[in-house]
Amino acid sequence: MTAPMPISLEVNGERVDLHVLPRVNLADFLREHLHLTGTHVGCEHGVCGACTVRVNGEIVRACLMLAVQVHGKTVQTIEGLSDSGEVADLQSAFRERNALQCGYCTPGMLMAAEDLLKQQNEPSRELIREHLSGNYCRCTGYQAIVDAIEATAHSRRGRPR
Amino acid sequence: MIVARRQAERLSVLDRPNSYIGKTVPRPNLDRLMQGRGLYVSDIELPRMAHVVFLRSPHAHAKIVAIDASAAKRMPGVIAIVTGRELAAVITPWVGVLSHLKRLKSAPQYAMAIDRVCWQGEAVAAVVATSRALAEDAGEQVLVDYEELEAVTDMQTALDPKTPVIHPALGDNLAFERLHDTGNVDQAFEAADEVVEAEFVFGRHTGVTLEPRSVVADWNSAEGRLTIYQGTQAPHMVQNIAALHLGLREQQVRVVCKDVGGSFGIKVHIYADEMATYALSKLLRRPIKFVADRVESFNTDIHARDHRCKGRIGVRRDGAITAFKIDDLTGIGPYSMYPRTSAIEANQVVNLVGGPYTTKSYRARARVVFQNKNVMCQYRAVGHPIACAVTEGLVDLAAIRIGMDPVQIRKRNLIADDAYPCASPTGLRFEQLSHQACLTKLVEMMDYAGLRAEQATLRRTNIYRGIGVASFIEVTNPSAAFYGVGGARISSQDGVAVRLDAQGSVICQTSITEQGQGSEALTAQIVATVLGVAMERVRVILGDTDNTPYGGGTWASRGAGIGGEAALQAAKVLRKNILDVAAAILQSNPAELDIAGNAVVNAGDREPRIELSELARIVYFRPDTLPPGIQPELMATRHFVPREYPFAFTNGVQASWLEVDPETGFIRLLKHWVVEDCGTIINPQLVDEQIRGGVVQGLGAALFEKCVYDERGQLTNANMADYLVPMAGEMPDIDVGHVVSPTRESELGAKGAGEAGTAGAAAAVINAVNDALGPFGTLVTEIPLTPQVILTALGRL
Amino acid sequence: MKASAFDYARVASIHHALEMLSLHGEQAKLLSGGQSLLPAMNLRLVSPQILIDIGDLAELRGIAVDSDVLRIGALTRHVELLTSHLVAAHAPLLSDAVKHIAHPAIRNRGTLGGSLAHADPAAELPACMLALNATIIACGRDGERRIAAAEFFQGIYATALRPDELLAAVELPIARQNSVDFFQEFARRHGDYALAGVAARASVASGGFSKLRMAFFAIADRPVLANAAAKLLNVAITPELIADASVAFGNELNPPEDQQASSSMRRHLASVLFRRCVEALLARGRLYGGAG
Repeated sequence: MTAPMPISLEVNGERVDLHVLPRVNLADFLREHLHLTGTHVGCEHGVCGACTVRVNGEIVRACLMLAVQVHGKTVQTIEGLSDSGEVADLQSAFRERNALQCGYCTPGMLMAAEDLLKQQNEPSRELIREHLSGNYCRCTGYQAIVDAIEATAHSRRGRPR
Repeated sequence: MIVARRQAERLSVLDRPNSYIGKTVPRPNLDRLMQGRGLYVSDIELPRMAHVVFLRSPHAHAKIVAIDASAAKRMPGVIAIVTGRELAAVITPWVGVLSHLKRLKSAPQYAMAIDRVCWQGEAVAAVVATSRALAEDAGEQVLVDYEELEAVTDMQTALDPKTPVIHPALGDNLAFERLHDTGNVDQAFEAADEVVEAEFVFGRHTGVTLEPRSVVADWNSAEGRLTIYQGTQAPHMVQNIAALHLGLREQQVRVVCKDVGGSFGIKVHIYADEMATYALSKLLRRPIKFVADRVESFNTDIHARDHRCKGRIGVRRDGAITAFKIDDLTGIGPYSMYPRTSAIEANQVVNLVGGPYTTKSYRARARVVFQNKNVMCQYRAVGHPIACAVTEGLVDLAAIRIGMDPVQIRKRNLIADDAYPCASPTGLRFEQLSHQACLTKLVEMMDYAGLRAEQATLRRTNIYRGIGVASFIEVTNPSAAFYGVGGARISSQDGVAVRLDAQGSVICQTSITEQGQGSEALTAQIVATVLGVAMERVRVILGDTDNTPYGGGTWASRGAGIGGEAALQAAKVLRKNILDVAAAILQSNPAELDIAGNAVVNAGDREPRIELSELARIVYFRPDTLPPGIQPELMATRHFVPREYPFAFTNGVQASWLEVDPETGFIRLLKHWVVEDCGTIINPQLVDEQIRGGVVQGLGAALFEKCVYDERGQLTNANMADYLVPMAGEMPDIDVGHVVSPTRESELGAKGAGEAGTAGAAAAVINAVNDALGPFGTLVTEIPLTPQVILTALGRL
Repeated sequence: MKASAFDYARVASIHHALEMLSLHGEQAKLLSGGQSLLPAMNLRLVSPQILIDIGDLAELRGIAVDSDVLRIGALTRHVELLTSHLVAAHAPLLSDAVKHIAHPAIRNRGTLGGSLAHADPAAELPACMLALNATIIACGRDGERRIAAAEFFQGIYATALRPDELLAAVELPIARQNSVDFFQEFARRHGDYALAGVAARASVASGGFSKLRMAFFAIADRPVLANAAAKLLNVAITPELIADASVAFGNELNPPEDQQASSSMRRHLASVLFRRCVEALLARGRLYGGAG
């Protein structure tokens, strides 16, 4: 048995100082140590995208990062993005378009979508589909999600910056 | 085209002012899920909770000679290691048969294997520890001595005399056989000008719910109660079965179902490892959590399809189809699943083949065999994709043979829209379908003629595009005919209780469940409409056997049609009760009052008379001011089950437009269309999204999904990198249209829509691929349509 | 699905990393992006006793041009290859190839060095190194070792790296004026590992090839150069010649078989890719005025 290691990081704007075993991945750390259960675990081998979170502003698979690797970094989860209001318009578009059914993929899907919208203000449907290509949704068939992201991009373009 | 069949007096409830019926309104529970504040079973933590990891057989078929857990028991964090034999003292075995499926047989199945494992992935021991990781560590130290036995893997040889019999007590590996023969089939084939045959092959695939199966079982020995937190579609069924096999009364078991991360029929069964988890909680007297990991999901979530079906069709030169004949074979793993059995899919195939057509001559045989692979059972659109692909594949082959357009041959043979009520050759009764109207609408929506022209133009530049069309019928709103008549304690009726709270809002408890379909939304829409309150005033409670009426849950496209009608009827009673009280308070006549905008109003001039909040205040806090003899009942409960028709059939038609690269065998889906008829549409958006999601599951089966077993019964692609599911990049946009033929069995008139998409998607794609490859003279009848399959058919390898 | 227990060390210098490597030998694994290693560990396919995290080593970062060489540090992430102007200008093949690697969240973590050292035969970047005739720079306690890409990849997950070495950087000859790059792969879904793929660089002059390196992947135990490309050098290219060469190329191969594709299918797809690649390179050569 290896020993827990101290880590310090910022999660959703809050400073976190904890000891964690090296083998604990970021998804389990967020869920089990910080009780941020909005980050979901779907495959644990980096394929499904349900655990997508932001580290230092970039999306990553939380199941493919160790908690000890985020020492000194900033992490944002769906709880943080919701509370800050950053994705409020995207969530609203998802609601209007029923772009989620069971909701299990949705936090990761929102993370990936917001990542795209930050990079592209006028993404084509093809580009949206490509950017989501690592996020599995079994319920919707994806079209509603693509519609919601397209609509959000459109409304953000009309918004004064 | 709308087929309006509702009578004038029935309009009163559904078409009230400010009705939510037929309107797209957002689901009330979405913010919770979008903000990461849902509560899935894997999120649940209870005091003293321990985690179980099941040690699973690496062999498809083996004798368990010995289990040595002594080293593992000394590992850090280990609470207990329990074998199948030890657990059998706590929970009894089961046999997955139903009496209406004649001669269906299966063997007793235990929560964990006792002395023999019958598929790779069957649990042989439970490792309970303080964390999942520690339990996995300890599991590696449990030594199991196996003596490998010959595995029965190929369903085509499962019945050969040389093949070992998996359960010797059963005599052979034949679980079930059904024969059907009506309408003088031999004569009908003789009357045909052409007879065409093909064999269709359907890959074994599975549901891949994004949230794996999960259970937290909490036995409170002081209360003598077991609380099961589980993502299940049928909480009362789980309650009944857990109680039965643990030796408890049902009232000692509570099943709580919060948010569920996808179900699709995967989470409507009783799994051995879930039963083992309940039993472990009772044995160890503490909460036990089981969350399948993805590899376990592939190895133990039920698989589906895996059929080989030989089909034959007779057709006259004028396009009339004279007869269908099929011979279907499917392998279901070593046990028939409990309690719904694993014979239903094959049985459905027999029932549904030829279903949309007027043809009366039909012969069928279906055989269901045991094998040493994971169990198979009902998954979204049970049997439909197979029946549809076989039927529609044969119809296209017949059309090609006689040189008729695929749309034309369907128009010629689909049941006429004015021919109802009528029945299929297998005795399925159709109340009112709309095949012809749907086809007409589809042809218009997709611009069939325009696409044909485009196809012809592109072919001149060696671009091969194809159009595939598939008509289908779907079984929805099942009555007791599905399971109950065979002895299963699976409720076909559902119940809803509605009550006015003390501030004039509405609490609604329903026995249907939510896995994202919109059960909560449609229930709130119906209740709000009937009562005349805003939807935000209605709070829906579901998924808790302690706090909802008794009922079946959400499966087989039954939630809206059955649970929705119960909600409508309960709300009607509450409305009457409210108006009775209002009339007493207002010294008026109930017939002169109505409810609208959260207030009792005059029926005539719509003038508000008393707010519901004020009425509730009087009833609950100042009943002394009511006239003598009035005892208000601001709560009402109603149950519903269809009685006249065993199933409410729906129908529809799908079309696929795609491109095949004949050099590489790759298929690009360009567009997909669906026109369907699910009766009254409560929320158009939710119906469309059920259709779209269902289509994409069907497209997954058509192109990608297959559980690949080797000859020793090893599942070789049990991970998400190797088992391919449909992702956003490859899926087309899907246009959905509707024809509306409400069922007269209920006032609501709604039928189901959950499975229509999956029913016909693969068939449309197969037909489109064969259409695209027409110039090459090839025929492909195997899914998934991998590049390997296509290139092999084209003779390029 | 939880990884076995292991120790973890975050190193502050290459020297420190090499010390740790030699101390722990086979028990240790270097951790850079972790996008291949961590799934394998979660599945308990590998269970190292210690992970040496080189993620903080600034010495292994950076993309720079020095005379006619593009040097890319091992810790350069896929996303950085994708957005780098230097890469786009001097090794556009890499910019094209990276779009096919997995998905955005993976590309934000996965590194060039990690991909090359992992040496998955179906991976894109090793084939690019071969096509671009890269030099791979390995760092050991005795100093640097320069290894040609053609010698570096030695089989499934096998490279010329010694257990006590780490991959520090790659050096690529920069694209010349008349050079054209082409990348294509056949994958079942966006971001999946390919059934067959090609990465190529050519020099096109007067409608023909003066240089042509076509590296194929997912069709052998390592990326391989098409010998048949030689048939197309310094000759007038005709459709018949391309067809002959692509058949000849197919005959060079003995591809492995797996669930996704049989050996013969991989050979077939590789031949199709060969032809399409040659046609595309010629077309690009003409388009960019490479005829000069």
